[in-house]
Amino acid sequence: MTAITREEVAHLAKLARLDLTATELDHYAEQLDVILQSVARISEVAADDIPPTSHPVPVENVFRDDIAKPGLDRAEVFAAAPATEADRFRVPRILDGEEA
Amino acid sequence: MSTNHETVPFDEAMTRYEPIIGLEVHVELGTKSKMFCSCATTFGAAPNTQVCPVCLGLPGSMPVLNRVAVESTIRIGLALNCEIATWCRFARKNYFYPDMPKDYQVSQYDEPLCTNGWLDVTVATDDGPQVVRVEIERVHMEEDTGKLTHAGGATGRIHGADYSLVDYNRAGIPLIEIVTKTVVGTGALAPAVARAYVTELRDVMRALGVSDVRMEEGSLRCDANLSLNKPGAGWGTRSETKNVNSLRSVERAVHSEIERQAAVLDGGGRVIQETRHFHEDTGRSTSGRSKEQAEDYRYFPEPDLVPIAPSRTWVEELRATLPEVPSVKRARLQSAWGINEFELATLVNAGAVELVEASIAAGVDASAARKWWTGELLRVANERGVELADLPVTVSQIARVEALIADGSLNDKLARQVFEGVLAGEGDVDMVIAQRGLAVVSDDGALLVAIDEALAAQPDVAEKIKSGKIQAAGAIVGAVMKTTKGQADAAKVRELLLERLGVSE
Repeated sequence: MTAITREEVAHLAKLARLDLTATELDHYAEQLDVILQSVARISEVAADDIPPTSHPVPVENVFRDDIAKPGLDRAEVFAAAPATEADRFRVPRILDGEEA
Repeated sequence: MSTNHETVPFDEAMTRYEPIIGLEVHVELGTKSKMFCSCATTFGAAPNTQVCPVCLGLPGSMPVLNRVAVESTIRIGLALNCEIATWCRFARKNYFYPDMPKDYQVSQYDEPLCTNGWLDVTVATDDGPQVVRVEIERVHMEEDTGKLTHAGGATGRIHGADYSLVDYNRAGIPLIEIVTKTVVGTGALAPAVARAYVTELRDVMRALGVSDVRMEEGSLRCDANLSLNKPGAGWGTRSETKNVNSLRSVERAVHSEIERQAAVLDGGGRVIQETRHFHEDTGRSTSGRSKEQAEDYRYFPEPDLVPIAPSRTWVEELRATLPEVPSVKRARLQSAWGINEFELATLVNAGAVELVEASIAAGVDASAARKWWTGELLRVANERGVELADLPVTVSQIARVEALIADGSLNDKLARQVFEGVLAGEGDVDMVIAQRGLAVVSDDGALLVAIDEALAAQPDVAEKIKSGKIQAAGAIVGAVMKTTKGQADAAKVRELLLERLGVSE
């Protein structure tokens, strides 16, 4: 019994915009299966009285005051941008032919 | 895109179907800084000037939550009669879209901060006002997205665009989503209930002072969910209409979607679960993308933020800061000022309630206070595109003018000229009166000279009045007011005129 199917991996790849070949799909399905089986073993150990953890440190209510501070200079903002236009990030067409 | 433009007239649709509505309202909080970073939130700033590594989603940056955003959300929850969670977390909503540079939006998923509330709204019916309780499912926090501009193509819309431009100033501004439970049983009132709910919600936000709630600037946005129930056949599939940018559009969007879905169902078709875009110009919507399944967002607890656990002491401190509930306040003011719901709505929409209240507190008569703020002053405010409170006229100036009217130094016409001067920046009330020489002419001698001149100019009118046709006196009074440039007291002129001609009323 596998923890994740090849179809599920293909679906996740699509959601993550990863263009995987058939060989890669086989490869990652196998690897993810090992990872998920390992996680499943931890679940077996965790009893009902142990709540799932989402943060390694048990702290709550960390806030900052509502004070505005200057952000980055434009040059820094766009330093890693592949393309800009009119002080904005330029991105490729969002809808592909079929959706448009 | 759907090509089905068939509709069934609303009244006819109502004979066969029962509308079920659900409303999702997004409110941008008016905090000084963003939700998870210290960037400013000023509307209309130059593109990408209010951004930093956190809201640009740069690797290694870490979010820290804005305390005021949490306080505002709890206050909203309390004002909407919600329960406030004792412990809750943020979640990542994963999706790829250029308006979200991290490729996920920090939101709340199964642990919203506020749940299970309600808001009563009033709608007009043929049988008088009816109160409808709209139940609130949840109020949660999330971050706003960047603003896209689509380039290329003829329409400036995403369809047919060659590429898009992104401004991330808005990304990370605190956004509150308020979701209703399904509202059933409102029948043909459904469009009016939807509008009344968003209107009431806007007034609550305004009273709380948590947002400027301007639909035209996008700080209040509404998505309207609608499905039709065919009695005996169960609930239908819902559509979600977006791009509803005014209170009037909320009502129109629900109305037109009822007409559209009724036609689909009448034709034996099935309503598709999809997002639709409302168009202000046509009052109709067009099909957008079909809704992604919820699990496709792969929500999981946000590991970069710690849980929020508001103590009950903190919640009670915030409850103590709640303003008077708008509907209760409206009822109180209507009775105190002797006005109806419609007259009060005019004041609310003009943003004049507080100014009228302050004017009355300064000794101005209620009807006079309303008259000035919603008349001449509102007209000028609209003309200048500013709020009433931003005009140079102040509450104490209204009180001064009213006092001068009461002691006979000014009449209504002169008072208008005084405000004209104040609005033009000529100084305060007394300075304008002095500089423009505005004062009621109360010298009987001067008035009698003017009356004699008018009588001499219109001997036929003089004869009429003498023969008992007192209503003809208006023409002479008018002429005198003209020669005195409106600076006479019309009642006084009339009195002197009749005395002069030896006629009694």
